[in-house]
Amino acid sequence: MSAVADLKSLSNSVCVVGADESDEIGALPHKSQLTLHLEAVRNAVSDAGLRISDVDGIFTAGQHSPALLGEALGIAPRYVDGTSVGGCSFIIMVGHAVAALHHGLCDVAVISHGESGRSGVGVSPRRDTSLTGQYEAPFGFGGAPTLFGMITTRHMHEYGTTLEQWAQVAVSTRKWAMLNPKALRREPLTVADVLASRPVVYPFNVLNICLVTDAGGAVVLTRADRARDCAKKPVYVRGVGEGTEHVMLTQMKDLTFSEATRLAGEKAFRMAGVTHRDFDHIMLYDAFTSGPPLMLESLGIAKRGEGVHFFAEGRSTPGGALPINTNGGGLSYTHSGMYGIFPIIEATRQLRGECGGRQVPNVKLSLVNGMGGMLSAAGTLVLSNER
Amino acid sequence: MEIDRPIPSPITPEAKPFWDGLREHRLLLPKCGACGHVFFYPRVLCPRCHARDVGWIQASGKGKLHAFEIAYQAFNKAWKVKPPWVLAMVELAEGPRLMTNLVNVEPDPKVIKCDMPVQIVFSKLTDEITLPLFEPTR
Repeated sequence: MSAVADLKSLSNSVCVVGADESDEIGALPHKSQLTLHLEAVRNAVSDAGLRISDVDGIFTAGQHSPALLGEALGIAPRYVDGTSVGGCSFIIMVGHAVAALHHGLCDVAVISHGESGRSGVGVSPRRDTSLTGQYEAPFGFGGAPTLFGMITTRHMHEYGTTLEQWAQVAVSTRKWAMLNPKALRREPLTVADVLASRPVVYPFNVLNICLVTDAGGAVVLTRADRARDCAKKPVYVRGVGEGTEHVMLTQMKDLTFSEATRLAGEKAFRMAGVTHRDFDHIMLYDAFTSGPPLMLESLGIAKRGEGVHFFAEGRSTPGGALPINTNGGGLSYTHSGMYGIFPIIEATRQLRGECGGRQVPNVKLSLVNGMGGMLSAAGTLVLSNER
Repeated sequence: MEIDRPIPSPITPEAKPFWDGLREHRLLLPKCGACGHVFFYPRVLCPRCHARDVGWIQASGKGKLHAFEIAYQAFNKAWKVKPPWVLAMVELAEGPRLMTNLVNVEPDPKVIKCDMPVQIVFSKLTDEITLPLFEPTR
């Protein structure tokens, strides 16, 4: 059996059966990072109609290891995964969980995220690695905006993309946030507001950059046969894909195209048996306004240089033909640092029909795509409420 | 130059020739003895053919501005350079790209253009450390 055929046999074999945030998200100086994890796990497990004692597979990335999470939850997991390739790690872990569940290495998998990204409660200080310490920090690089801006100015140079077009991404995403009671930023936003906001590092003003919040989130997965006994309508994992290209931005072959994203998307679409035209709903990791357009281009959904058109033409907004980032995204809903768990939670809720005023009508097939680092790593999911 | 920024740290053994060269105003780049690939950052094996036969060449110090940003605030506690300043990714004539600052230029996106020709400026930070900065070619 070829590897591709084998992956296809895993399509729809596992379901997302639970998904939730921590009790609160936003600015939470009274809660540690570990508390955010534990609240998220408890809430997601309850959402599934299961108990924490049912969990035997723990998947997490960030400062707390899956072993620590098992200890804090008071369980001894049969299976752990601490893959850490940036904010998309949680998306990639869905694929890893599919494999582990399929082979019986665990029966109930929890993927958990908790990060006190804004308040820094219970967080160890970060240190430069030898590579960033030698080749980036001495020039003033520090943090994602000083790196992702390079990708963005190169895209503007090669394709003529404008600051107004990037701003449209923030505006589209805010329209969704205004419909999500859990979103941090819900006031109306215009392109002019984005262009007039505080300059941080050209080409980014502060409204081109995601929020910095404290938040936890978790999803629960189990095999399809068991999923039918859970509390909510199962969401089938039809396709998964992952890829990595570089870590240091100087090593990215083409700053305007994410090879990691292309690899992840191709694998996920092939496993699911879908094309880039089949989706009714899309969740893209939006740490910066330029991220989602580049992801659409790297996934083959938009032609190169044309990803911004999806936002400028209003296709991505409420009532549009292709809703994108319906939770309000990292730009307006929440962004604790490693955002990747939240687009999975939102896609699950949309496919269950739980989204109230922001519910996308008749949604059947949802795409989740996230990046780690500076488009360095990528994870793609194809999720559906039908087999 | 006063110490207005983080000193490169930790300097790793495989990168020592790079930092030693800069102190002597020479930009050295790793080159694979087996396949001829010139690369950066320094590693003990060639990222193209994986040979362990890595030597060093002296680069021209010329290149093009591949991408840039203009910073309006510090992003690191040790950073004391007054904003705005220019963050840059330079593509060297020999092929590799490196992160640096573009200096001796107006920090204005109307002036700074991707692919503009640039040349190295050796900027002494301490007796041990000289940084490779770049300026527009005159």
